[in-house]
Amino acid sequence: MLDNKETKIIKIFIYFICIILAALSIVPFWIMFVNATRSTTQIQQHAVSFIPSTHLLKNYAIFTGKSFNALTGFKNSVIISTCATLLGTYFSTLTAYAVVVYDWKLRKPFFSFVMAVMMIPAQVTMIGFYQMVYRIGMTNHLIMLIVPALANPSMVFFMRQYMIPSLPIEIVQAARIDGAKEFYTFNKIALPIMKPAIATQAIFSFVSSWNNLFTPLVLLTDAKKYTMPIMVSLLKGDIYRTEFGAVYLGLSLTVLPLIVVYLFLAKYIVAGVALGSVKG
Amino acid sequence: MKNKNNINSKYSKFGYIFCIPFVVVFLIFSLYPIFYTAAVGFTDLKGLGNTTMHFLKDDPFANFKNVLSNGTFRVSFTNTIKIWVCNFIPQILIALLITSWFTDKRSKIQGEGFFKVIFYMPNIITAATVAILFAAFFGYPMGPMNDLAVKFGFVDQPYEFMRSKSIAQGVVVFIQTWMWYGYTSINIIAGVNGISPEIFESAEVDGANRTQTFFKITLPNIKTVMLFILVTSLIGGLNMFDIPALLVNNSGPDNATKTTSVFIYDQAFSGSYLYNRAGAASMMMFVLIVILSAILFYLLRDKDEAQLRKLVKKQEKMRLAEAKAEALLNGKGV
Repeated sequence: MLDNKETKIIKIFIYFICIILAALSIVPFWIMFVNATRSTTQIQQHAVSFIPSTHLLKNYAIFTGKSFNALTGFKNSVIISTCATLLGTYFSTLTAYAVVVYDWKLRKPFFSFVMAVMMIPAQVTMIGFYQMVYRIGMTNHLIMLIVPALANPSMVFFMRQYMIPSLPIEIVQAARIDGAKEFYTFNKIALPIMKPAIATQAIFSFVSSWNNLFTPLVLLTDAKKYTMPIMVSLLKGDIYRTEFGAVYLGLSLTVLPLIVVYLFLAKYIVAGVALGSVKG
Repeated sequence: MKNKNNINSKYSKFGYIFCIPFVVVFLIFSLYPIFYTAAVGFTDLKGLGNTTMHFLKDDPFANFKNVLSNGTFRVSFTNTIKIWVCNFIPQILIALLITSWFTDKRSKIQGEGFFKVIFYMPNIITAATVAILFAAFFGYPMGPMNDLAVKFGFVDQPYEFMRSKSIAQGVVVFIQTWMWYGYTSINIIAGVNGISPEIFESAEVDGANRTQTFFKITLPNIKTVMLFILVTSLIGGLNMFDIPALLVNNSGPDNATKTTSVFIYDQAFSGSYLYNRAGAASMMMFVLIVILSAILFYLLRDKDEAQLRKLVKKQEKMRLAEAKAEALLNGKGV
């Protein structure tokens, strides 16, 4: 009986902490969305409010009335993230397929190499990358933010781990007997089997590409090529110094698509997070 | 056996062919820039738009020495480590606490999935946006934090939070913790769920309480996951850029929020465009990260495979020893 009471108290405590942590995750964004609908004067009087106001359209007019166009940033980010994700997932699966299905001399050294380089972040090699891109005159070309995504060692590693148990070699052999070409077998048989893994990796690839600030900041100087995170960093600049409502609106516009997508896919995303560290 | 080998070699060329796109792109966009960055560190390359570089003849390591003796670099490196340590410790503690709650079979928590989703949410939001949002929260003279601080009487008049070195660093630490504890929790929970339930059952039968079970059973069994979290978090922490770069202008008072990544960026892409010094600093961080990923590589290697290889070797040795013994016996017998 006593034990039961103790468990109850512990449980209440646990819920209490969890609810506080959940509130910490939600409240900052809630304040942001609410302030996006309030006028600068309202925000100056009381910066914290949980009730939306009516100045959304006015804030939008101020926001778009300044020198840059957020829609361009949105468009550029969509182009880069979509293309980078498509290239990355497709070729990572293909590379993993080469490692899993075929028996070639350099297979083991190649995979060891992939594992060895998978943690090296692009950031520490940015000086060389920038110099190279500058020399061939390709700064301000979105393609320089897309093509490097094709070679993603950690994604190859993940795809291989997933492929080994889920793609039995017998299927490939059966396809061969039926006269299928190797490339055809990959596209028509391996890719569909890999769909769940591809979906998980696609989400993370898209989000990290969408959120990337460092590389675009280094490569892009033309305002027409700016991505969403660069646009966001401009919100701190002088032109928005006194337009609080417009700043909150700008921030909300970058967050809204992410939150909507997240809430739809949350189940898969949370399940995918853990796959990186726990094997098999 | 021979037949099988023939079949394999017939197809093995596709292994090479399918790797070509990956290898080509990796060589051009990852490996080449690594060597380029390393080379730039030994040259006099500086100035916007300059691409001609000359290797330093008098003292090849001049840039490296310069960076190491540079006060700002030292400060930024100390900041990076300090911010990482201060965010990692609370992060792992919160994550362990949540794990111990969410994996305890005795007190089933309702809405575990919901909490996981909400805890992880800040992680997917653009870090740049989060930085600007918190800058607005701590705004001066008007911002939600000042609004609350005045309302509840902590201060008489609005306070310029970002003028304080420790508050600026503290906010970076808070944001980092807040963005990453969900990720850490989910990983550790998955690690605990991977432990065989029988171990927990027998602990319960033996009368172990909550605390004993957690420290004696759970913790030792999630060593690998914990090390994975540690190494990946450290590598990420060493590259911290978005939040410290955007939260306060000009890295705050006394470069309070300047991290090594911000230092490298400032050296190379502002002021006098010192690509050579930025290259040298990058290379030092690169070496540090390579060492760390070597540790991770060691941790993630196929343990089963390594064990199998050991076993095969052992058997071979035994067979050899047996053969030798037999030969010896035979010799003796004759």
